[in-house]
Amino acid sequence: MSIIAAALCAAPLDAQSPRAIAPYSVVSAEGRRTVAAAMVGDQEMLRLDELAPLLQLTVREDRAAKALTVSRGTTVVVLSLDQGLASMGGKILSLSAPPARDGSRWLVPPDAVSRALAPIAGVRTDVRKASRLIVLGDLRLPRITVQQDPGGPPTRIAIEMAPRTAYTIVQEPKRLLVRFDADGLDLGPITAGGGLVESVSAADPLTLAIALDKDFGTFRAATVPIDAASSRLVIELTAAGAPAPSGLARAPAQPAATPSAPPAAPAPAAMPDAPAALPPAQPPGVRTIVIDPGHGGDEQGTRGAGGVLEKDVVLDVARRLRSALDTRLGVRVLLTRDDDRVVPHDERASIANNNKADLFISLHANSSPSKSAKGAEVFYLSLDGLGSEARRMVEGPEARPVPVLGGGTRDIDLILWDMAQARHLNESAAFAVLVEEELRRRVEMSPNPIQQAPFRVLVAANMPAVLVEMGFLSNPEQEGQLTSDDFKNRVVQSLVDAIVRYRGRIEAQAASRLP
Amino acid sequence: MAVSTRILALTLITAAAVGAGSWATVRYLNRPARGPAAAPSGAGQPEAVRRIKANLYYVAADGLRLTVSERDVIYAEGTSEQARRIVEALLEPAPEGLVSALPPGTALRGVFVGGRGDAYVDFSGSLRTNHPGGSSSEILTVYAIVSALTVNLPAITSVQILIEGHEVDTLAGHVDLRRPLPNAPQWAEKGST
Ligand SMILES: [Zn+2]
Repeated sequence: MSIIAAALCAAPLDAQSPRAIAPYSVVSAEGRRTVAAAMVGDQEMLRLDELAPLLQLTVREDRAAKALTVSRGTTVVVLSLDQGLASMGGKILSLSAPPARDGSRWLVPPDAVSRALAPIAGVRTDVRKASRLIVLGDLRLPRITVQQDPGGPPTRIAIEMAPRTAYTIVQEPKRLLVRFDADGLDLGPITAGGGLVESVSAADPLTLAIALDKDFGTFRAATVPIDAASSRLVIELTAAGAPAPSGLARAPAQPAATPSAPPAAPAPAAMPDAPAALPPAQPPGVRTIVIDPGHGGDEQGTRGAGGVLEKDVVLDVARRLRSALDTRLGVRVLLTRDDDRVVPHDERASIANNNKADLFISLHANSSPSKSAKGAEVFYLSLDGLGSEARRMVEGPEARPVPVLGGGTRDIDLILWDMAQARHLNESAAFAVLVEEELRRRVEMSPNPIQQAPFRVLVAANMPAVLVEMGFLSNPEQEGQLTSDDFKNRVVQSLVDAIVRYRGRIEAQAASRLP
Repeated sequence: MAVSTRILALTLITAAAVGAGSWATVRYLNRPARGPAAAPSGAGQPEAVRRIKANLYYVAADGLRLTVSERDVIYAEGTSEQARRIVEALLEPAPEGLVSALPPGTALRGVFVGGRGDAYVDFSGSLRTNHPGGSSSEILTVYAIVSALTVNLPAITSVQILIEGHEVDTLAGHVDLRRPLPNAPQWAEKGST
């Protein structure tokens, strides 16, 4: 017990004391409530003790961990008290600020609500900093802003709606009423008045009233999409007797309701990454090989004491390997880079995936803190840190389709994409063994010639994939070898022979499966 | 008081679950190398800081693996503070005859422990800019950090390295740092755990 008693550490004093500002409104199906807000430095913060009951969250301070634990049932998010970081389900989130203390209460930044608290509460949450509003659940509460063009005639008013919202325009003797199909309005700034408009104001919680000048004659209205989530209603007003404005849909003659219903949501775009029907069965084989020279551009990789750069050595070997494979095997060979430039890891994998490569070979040169370390090594992926989903993909009875990156950014695709290699580990290991055996015949191997590591470039490759470390640039003798034609050609020859053997293995497997 | 007791209890429970190998760690946490009773030191010296023993990882002689060295680390209450002290010790100059797996000039910005045994260790950008590159060097850097925390603190089961408060793809182009990594004992010399 003395140990515990001895450890006394003063709580850090708040550098800046919170300054109260206008509260946020929280709107849900149960109504509207407020949550107190404060500025800490130049960061807006919200009172956690007022937010928590609305989201049915339990908050506990863990002094030992210097963190706030926020939970609902068994779902937990932990907010660091030191840094703008939160952990949820083993995943890190960054927030604009850590929680701040206000007396005995805690303050959190608004993005903690949308990024950390709402997800564990399982409630759809829309935090609108501009309107100081938090919308909980599926309430339709479009943000409405009104702006009148300074010019004219014609007098033109633009009403922006986010999200897109259906509306009805009703003409009354002295005003136009724009009624929105929503549960409420999040009314932003209104800048209007002049020309044929006297003023614009809220007539009731769902309706804007445009008060009309006595010279008003007629109007036209049209909706223009701004982006997927918002649209702009443009209303043009013309004076009695003036020529009709052009370019907008004519308002109906009678002063009746003009229903206008923009599509509630844009039609779903074609899904290029949806698992398509399987291509006609091709006999298994090795037709396309992607060679990945590591690093490139500003990412130089490692550098030998004599100045040899990894990115240059591996590009040279990749080009030699391509011409050897072209000549000897007649397979299609693609390089992930054929010049000195940065190529992101996902792009390297997607070149292989989009070209339906049968093998992916990443080429590197190694470095160790010890000058004596030497020898080639062949790596294939380890699933360390990829979690249970990847393991299920390996152990599951059947392989799951893996989407091809087509510019899609949906999370579900990224999760699968991320783990594409998991399905191919056995074949990757088999190919690694062949590469090691062929290398061993020609170059010096490290004491650990075949290894598994969680290598970034291998994770998304949807085919057998290995990473070859040809030798150590940190070893002066090997740095010399890595620039010699003889050594490079030995590596190339080893890889060609390993690929020939692997192709034989695939063909033999296919033959044995024939009836 | 209550919090500390709970943390220690948690440590004991976790250790029991993962087997006898972790008892050593629990002993270190429970029994500091120098308690207050041993505190009085030479005249003029500041009061001795309470310390524990921890297994820290350095580059092995072959330059391909990590080797363990038992070091004194400042005792701290709570997992994240103790984790911070362990990483700080790892950033100190390596003991005689050993080489640090972390590049010189690296600074620790913070340690944050999540709710699932996931720890996040935030370093200054120099961890990346001063890194010599090469997959072996990168693996040694990453697992010197992962091992030091997961082996000494049973409450930590995986570690993610952040740079300047942000997630990174890799440190030097090889090891995937987008998720917390569990320890991988194969990177330590056999018999050195
Ligand atoms: Zn490399």
